[in-house]
Amino acid sequence: MSYHFDFAAVFDYDSALLAGTAHTLLLTAVGAVAGLGIGILGAGCRAWKIRPFDRFFAVYVELIRNTPFLIQLFFVYFGLPSLGVRLDEWQAAILAVIINLGAYTTEIIRAGIEATPRGQIEAAQSLAMTRAQIFRHVVLPPALAKVWPAICSQVVIVMLGTSVCSQIAAEELTFAANFIQSRNFRAFETYLIVTAIYFALAVIVRQMLIVSGRYAFGRRTR
Amino acid sequence: MNQIALSAILSNLLDGALWTIGLSLTAFVLGGIAGLALLFARIARNPVPRRLAQGYIEVFQGTPLLMQLFIIFFGGSMIGFEISPWAAAALGLTLFTSAYLGEIWRGCVESVPKGQWEASASLAMTHFEQMRYVILPQTLRIAIAPTVGFSVQVVKGTAVASIIGFVELSKTGSMLANATFQPFLVFGLVALGYFAICYPLSAYARILERKIHGSRAH
Repeated sequence: MSYHFDFAAVFDYDSALLAGTAHTLLLTAVGAVAGLGIGILGAGCRAWKIRPFDRFFAVYVELIRNTPFLIQLFFVYFGLPSLGVRLDEWQAAILAVIINLGAYTTEIIRAGIEATPRGQIEAAQSLAMTRAQIFRHVVLPPALAKVWPAICSQVVIVMLGTSVCSQIAAEELTFAANFIQSRNFRAFETYLIVTAIYFALAVIVRQMLIVSGRYAFGRRTR
Repeated sequence: MNQIALSAILSNLLDGALWTIGLSLTAFVLGGIAGLALLFARIARNPVPRRLAQGYIEVFQGTPLLMQLFIIFFGGSMIGFEISPWAAAALGLTLFTSAYLGEIWRGCVESVPKGQWEASASLAMTHFEQMRYVILPQTLRIAIAPTVGFSVQVVKGTAVASIIGFVELSKTGSMLANATFQPFLVFGLVALGYFAICYPLSAYARILERKIHGSRAH
């Protein structure tokens, strides 16, 4: 085996790497914020049994959690135009990420909400708080704080999963890798470096989420 | 235009689904064996294997499965390892599965009360005997539910293998969608196929979990 490694050939395309990294992060950030919103909404509907939305979210969660992200993406990008919904590759990628993450966060946050002690809700009711107020001020903050580590993990998993968005030609980091290796014919070095970038992103994003969680929820002694 | 009959679509998808199941089983069994080795390394007293196993797990959990497959398939052939899509997919998914199972099982081992270790140590059992007779039997009970739950991730992970050209359910779906111009129908059916494989596993994992934890919300 006489193969000469040439990692410098990859860094000739540093602007493509940079743009890909930025797009991957943007996709993750938008997906995380909107997905978290859906998760809170869905978990609220399910925990408080708000019909018919609780049923809807139950089906949604099962459907998404039991099918691959790649197929969800293909369905959104290739399938939806049959219904007259035509999305470009970025709209499709963002929509698919939001739908995917929304299902997982719904389930994660619901678990947190169900662990809320009954007495806290009764205490809030005795203060004549409305259901919305109880959810917003009593139930949600500790529930989120409790499941925050799981949410951080899920966001990182989804970020790594966005690499398949390259398959609908969304120009994120994996797309950049494919582009670069098609130019410099250095598949091994290119994929190795891009994998290292993903690894660094995973570490950084996780740390940022954990720190922001600490900032948002304070240090809880539980 | 030539219409491809629904029956033809379905029979092709069924073939693809069998390959998805085959790849999942291969990855799960081989990944389970490697995961067990990883577990032993992860809880060894010697810090060297412990560190190595931890690094392995962090790398495979911290990078995209697609990139792992690309490195094995394209990168491998580049530096002189010619490998078929099937072998690359099986190898990549096995490594991926082993990292997750190793970590899941470590969590289960650690949830066995410390007193069990101390009691068995006081009986002069070796580390291996402790594992074999005291810790692992208890771990097994705890580990079944999350292991079954993770098998769903393996099945879903196999979809990524379609990207390196392994013809399973997703790849069959892509080809059919191109041939029939009915992506909505075809990808709907593909999704249904995955759901049919994964939902029973998820449901079973949930039942197992409830059995272990009683009615306690988890």
